[in-house]
Amino acid sequence: MSKVIKGPVFVVQDNIDTDQIIPAQYLNLIPTIAEEYEKLGSYALCGLPDSLYSERYVPEGQMDSPFPIVVAGRNFGCGSSREHAPIAMGSADCQLVLAESFARIFFRNCVATGELYPCESEERLCEILKTGDVISVDLDTCQVHVESTGKTYAIKGLGDVRSVVDAGGLFNYARQHDMISS
Amino acid sequence: MMTLTEKILARAAGKAQVKAGDNVWVKADTLMTHDVCGPGTIGVFKREFGEHARVWDKERIVIIPDHYIFTADSRSNRNVDILRDFVREQGLKYFYDVIDDPEGKWVFNPAQGLLKKQYGSQYAGVCHTALAQRGHTRPGEVLFGTDSHTCMAGAFNQFATGIGNTDAGFVMGTGKLLIKVPETMHFRLEGSLQPGVMAKDVILHIIGEIGFDGATYRAMQFDGEGARSLSVDDRMTVANMAIEAGGKNGIFEFDEKTEAYVRHRTETNGTRSEYEPVERDASENFFSEHVIDLDKLEPTVACHPDPGNRRLARELSDLGLDRAYIGSCTGGKTSDFIAFAEVIRGKSVVIDTFGVPATPEIVDELKSTMWDGTSVWQIMTDAGVQMTENAGCSACLGGPVDTFGRMNKPLKCISATNRNFPGRMGHKESQVFLASPATVAASALTGKVTDPRDL
Ligand code: SF4
Repeated sequence: MSKVIKGPVFVVQDNIDTDQIIPAQYLNLIPTIAEEYEKLGSYALCGLPDSLYSERYVPEGQMDSPFPIVVAGRNFGCGSSREHAPIAMGSADCQLVLAESFARIFFRNCVATGELYPCESEERLCEILKTGDVISVDLDTCQVHVESTGKTYAIKGLGDVRSVVDAGGLFNYARQHDMISS
Repeated sequence: MMTLTEKILARAAGKAQVKAGDNVWVKADTLMTHDVCGPGTIGVFKREFGEHARVWDKERIVIIPDHYIFTADSRSNRNVDILRDFVREQGLKYFYDVIDDPEGKWVFNPAQGLLKKQYGSQYAGVCHTALAQRGHTRPGEVLFGTDSHTCMAGAFNQFATGIGNTDAGFVMGTGKLLIKVPETMHFRLEGSLQPGVMAKDVILHIIGEIGFDGATYRAMQFDGEGARSLSVDDRMTVANMAIEAGGKNGIFEFDEKTEAYVRHRTETNGTRSEYEPVERDASENFFSEHVIDLDKLEPTVACHPDPGNRRLARELSDLGLDRAYIGSCTGGKTSDFIAFAEVIRGKSVVIDTFGVPATPEIVDELKSTMWDGTSVWQIMTDAGVQMTENAGCSACLGGPVDTFGRMNKPLKCISATNRNFPGRMGHKESQVFLASPATVAASALTGKVTDPRDL
């Protein structure tokens, strides 16, 4: 299945931890309750300090983000094991995080929930791109194309985890492959 | 030819041998969840296995409400009730409820204030500390928990790691999980800690050395004569923060201190007492080797905004603070409060200082430990520390706005907790500086970052 994700990017720097992705005060929301899942999306990345990020990922009063792609530096998603983090981003319509590297539990939670693709970039794209730049990311050819400059950059392949996210997460994947009964 | 972590995972996978990088299905010995991730885990379990599904083992799931308990936030109170309903429906053996009535509903009463205890006789406090105190940590076993600091149980020669709700829902239904065997980083600790230097300084030093992501995807193995010299509480402090370097788990060797602790705790609580520790092989394959000389360590601080941002306390003596905090799984144990009280005894704090014991047992210990006829608890409050009996996570992770000790303004706080990313303890423009209980205490007395040896 060919997969190209295209749209404007939201750019963040190193060490964006789960408190910045979804501040702890919103963890009273239960992701498996539909209405609370939606609400989690409205808070995605709202813990980023205003002093460093003047634009919000999800505009005030809205439920979804205009940015389907988040570009980040090192260690994205570090901190807590809260699955609320990839879920909040997925609920806000994020499809892909393109980071220089990921923290382990966040990466795994992206895959287990199937909420979004966690891709690693070969270059430090968070210093090359700025919020609002439109890019397209081809998960098959592992290429990023930047619309305004025409430049391309390489990303690392997702390997085995690609098919788990394609399937919509761990349980769907396990059922499709008869690892658990449906 | 395996490391401690590989040996446990091989056993749990039913294989003679595993090596770093292998993907293996392992059997869980225990699954722990709490009020923040439990309701979502239960939601995943029911969605995927069916409304009437039964958990894989009623005696191997431990549910510990501890995060958002003493708050008037009704959704948080509801989440504790969801746990209780599930425990009753499934007949789970280990649930450390906030209230004693199994048919009741939890409602926090803010009118009674935040300091007086509002829990019943079963409540156990912060999950990681409670797991150990209530006899659920056992050498050689596999523990999964829906909390990143689950790695604290590595202090007991156990493979313990944090997982998300979806993985936990899977474990709840099957008792198994597919995991990748991590590479092991070897930390050989030599010598012993000098006065004024604590276990927290060891781990802050190590994280500063390898970086906030220096152990990502890896196991951190702590051994050697220095590791053996550490108390069980100290080992918990160190293992707890493996995740702050990105580690999958932290693990210590088994020795007579581990044995004595686990025997006492399993006997007192009537939990399963059989276990089989893992011992070191003559040769192990390590990703990297590090030697830490404990004698040389000094009081250390991780500055805002990440746990790897290391400085020595004495280099920061110009840094003014608004607040001090002692508490959490890593820094709210009896030994942590004792170290704090030794520094502030007979003196007065000059900035707002909050104390939150990790568990009710610790509250009791602090009230019954007497120094010249005065309890340690009293020594703390006499010095001006605001001590709450409502043991739990409290402001360690901010929480709802009415949480005890939460920073609702952009303040600077020195804290004995484990994480200092922006917004961790409340306001997103506030700053947290991580330090040992002794350094936090010394700093509370001066209002600036202070090396406890200078007092
Ligand atoms: S005390 Fe802090 S670090 Fe420990 S479990 Fe609670 S929130 Fe997490």
